[in-house]
Amino acid sequence: MVDMKGTQLIHEYLRHNKKFPHVFCAGCGHGIVLGSLIRAIHGLGLKKDEVCVVAGIGCSGRLAAYVDFNTVHTTHGRALTFATGIKMAKPGMHVIVVMGDGDSMAIGGNHLIHAARRNIGVTALILNNNIYGMTGGQCSPTTPSGSFSMTTPLGQMEQSFDCVELCTAAKANYVARGTVFHVKKLDKMIMEGISNPGFGVVEILTPCHTQYGRKNKYKTPVDMYKMLKKDVIDIERYNKLSEADKAAKTPAGVFVQKDESGLEEKFYEMAARCQGGV
Amino acid sequence: MSVKRKGNSTVTIFPDWCKGCGICAAFCPAKVMELNDQGKAVVLREEECINCGFCELHCPDFAIMVRPKVNDEIPAVCRAVLEKAARKPKTAASDGAAEKAGSGKQKG
Repeated sequence: MVDMKGTQLIHEYLRHNKKFPHVFCAGCGHGIVLGSLIRAIHGLGLKKDEVCVVAGIGCSGRLAAYVDFNTVHTTHGRALTFATGIKMAKPGMHVIVVMGDGDSMAIGGNHLIHAARRNIGVTALILNNNIYGMTGGQCSPTTPSGSFSMTTPLGQMEQSFDCVELCTAAKANYVARGTVFHVKKLDKMIMEGISNPGFGVVEILTPCHTQYGRKNKYKTPVDMYKMLKKDVIDIERYNKLSEADKAAKTPAGVFVQKDESGLEEKFYEMAARCQGGV
Repeated sequence: MSVKRKGNSTVTIFPDWCKGCGICAAFCPAKVMELNDQGKAVVLREEECINCGFCELHCPDFAIMVRPKVNDEIPAVCRAVLEKAARKPKTAASDGAAEKAGSGKQKG
């Protein structure tokens, strides 16, 4: 399995007894994230048994069913709590949480900020498609202000969450934002997120043309990918822009990278100290 | 490292897995693929492929494989997918049309 690459490699990690092609809409970015996750895990040289993928509810929740790792499909918004338990019980396991934007920032918003505050050593992939895709296109906390959805037919009036700033403020160890158009960078970010100690967050912008795009002038998947290509730029280039230009663009890249040890490391160190009778 | 040279790679598409989103056809720099009348991607100009790997990385359904031409052996896992597609009886489009035509004649 060493010299494999591309699709051949991905097919090796899939559960072929599941029904393929997968359930995602044609052109949905979730499939690309799945491929990227597999390449990242293969790139780090992890064994299948060393990895645990935890998923919540939503379109992204289906992702865990297709990969041949230890997988848990959990309740809505509570994926991080299950992951915290798994990581505390088995600190050697690489726990990766796959959540959608509604899963992580609406119903599981508290779990996200407290997992970041605790600095538990799991990696959260937040698949942000700006909408509740599976349930019919209701607006989510990340639907941009002014855009349209099934429940905001005249335009969203509320402000939207910025996942990166939220996690940075909650003191996560690793915060990055990638897109499904810039796949090679995404591979690298997921690899860094997994290998970095402490809580890692990778926000991934994935397009949902079925629910979000058709209400917002991006009718085909290709339109949405072109939008990602045009509007998402690297953080260094973004910082050089004037304030007026910044409004139309979204920065991507690595925002925070710290080396503090995670909660599980501190806990087992403490346990060893107590048992040693110091 | 991939060698970016024309005509040195083969592009395989698994028709069963392709959902026809059109990302590969729209973004391919050498315009190797196009969507056919069923909306699925087909390889038309394989000799133009520069082995950039865009389609392979961006296919959400893992339905495209780009390999160097020298290594002709298709791996076992991927071969199983292709064989399954070949074993399947002719799709409803052609059979269904024939049946309908037949029944119409009987009624008439």
